[in-house]
Amino acid sequence: MTKILEIKNIRKKYHTKNEEILAIDNFSYDVEQGSFVSIVGPSGCGKSTILSILAGLIDYDGEINYLNNSKIGYMLQNDCLFPFRTILDNCLLGLEIKKDFQNKDYVLSLIKNYGLEDFKNSYPSNLSGGMRQRVALIRTLATKPDILLLDEPFSALDYQTRLAVSDDIYKILKKENKTAIMVTHDLAEAISMSDKIIVMSKRPGKIKKIYDVKLNNKDLPTNNRKDSKFSYYYNLIWKDIDHNV
Amino acid sequence: MYSQEHLNYLKKIKRNNFTIRLLQVSILVLFIIIWQLLADLKLINTFITSSPKLVLKTIIELHKQDLYVHIFTTIYETIISFSLGTIIGILIASILWWNKTIRKVIDPYLTILNSLPKVALGPIIIIWFGAGIKSIIIMSLLISTIITIINVTTSFNETELDKILLMKSFKANNKQIFTKLVIPSSMNNIISSLKINISMSLIGVIMGEFLCCKKGIGYLIMYGSQVFNLNLVITGIILLCIISAIMYYIVLFIEKKLVHKN
Repeated sequence: MTKILEIKNIRKKYHTKNEEILAIDNFSYDVEQGSFVSIVGPSGCGKSTILSILAGLIDYDGEINYLNNSKIGYMLQNDCLFPFRTILDNCLLGLEIKKDFQNKDYVLSLIKNYGLEDFKNSYPSNLSGGMRQRVALIRTLATKPDILLLDEPFSALDYQTRLAVSDDIYKILKKENKTAIMVTHDLAEAISMSDKIIVMSKRPGKIKKIYDVKLNNKDLPTNNRKDSKFSYYYNLIWKDIDHNV
Repeated sequence: MYSQEHLNYLKKIKRNNFTIRLLQVSILVLFIIIWQLLADLKLINTFITSSPKLVLKTIIELHKQDLYVHIFTTIYETIISFSLGTIIGILIASILWWNKTIRKVIDPYLTILNSLPKVALGPIIIIWFGAGIKSIIIMSLLISTIITIINVTTSFNETELDKILLMKSFKANNKQIFTKLVIPSSMNNIISSLKINISMSLIGVIMGEFLCCKKGIGYLIMYGSQVFNLNLVITGIILLCIISAIMYYIVLFIEKKLVHKN
């Protein structure tokens, strides 16, 4: 497997008036091309901060190397669709910002392949939560990123939609052969979707353990949940997380 | 085709709307009739209260003289200060969105200017700019611009942080964030501030016309009260009601054209 991303010794401090908080310390990890990596950990451990750092939204100490000119696509928990733009225009947002007008056909084909053809000219308010999330994914894919950063992409959805959409998005990511790094607080989601799971300690967030998820029959996320080794991983990781209730 | 129940439902809505319109009109008609009746029966003193017939007579008399000059002057001044106020207000709000330091620095000044009764500045404005249309428009601008700045800045700053992050993840620059996200997201608020603005401008213009000038509805009202011609005063007020209603509905019409219904 070839590496696509090197993360070396990331450290992040937040400053407030009264204190400074070390959010992440000594975070190093190499991401392999085409893999699905999940980051789990107790709340406040800096999982989302790592994604913001990788997306280049905040500054940090350390080194990040994007190999082979790999590009980043960022997807947030909130679908962030612009209510005043049609579905098509929402999908084209990234291209518009980058002033890249050649990929429009690619976006149109994504819209068609992922069942949104009839809604192309509708506004986001006419779409269900699951469909909106799919639009958000297409908007991210439009700029042809190599690595997708998913920040709790399903947590705004209700449980059933969530399962269906995670299958959906998993299929799309595999089909487009994308590398994905997902932050989630849902262990079952992480195990059912990922190849690797990074467990983080509580603040300051450090890597506590890394799991290679080896299920018996790797399949779609919903089927993976029924795998015999699923609960084995669930128990292991559950014990690893520092629960501070 | 609709089912019978649905047709009944639509009919019910129509009937409700009709009833509301009918009641609205009847209140106005009833008010005018009672007013006239009280005047005819000499239960009220028409020298102080005027009467619908006297108002009508005044309008006809004015029509023979310079009614339209006054109406035109007031509308003209209002439109100028409304447009200027809106443009300047949105422009300054944009600057304040771009530069947080400037925003923080002038924040207390805006608050003070906003709570200051602008009419208190009237005498100074007249001395500085002369007793003419310039003073009136500046008076009106003072009233409408500051409230526009405050409303629009607030709305700009309410742009969802997640959406700004999304734009940044696409490496959008400030200008792109502003034109593609902040402005369109604030459109509804900008329009509602236009609605406030049109009445604020009219208030400002009338205030200005009270203070100086020899033309306009405000002048008619002021002149009427000075010569104790209450017919003229009340006619002026009624004309103002009509003008402000028409201008409000024009803005409402523009809103319908511009705002996308979500």
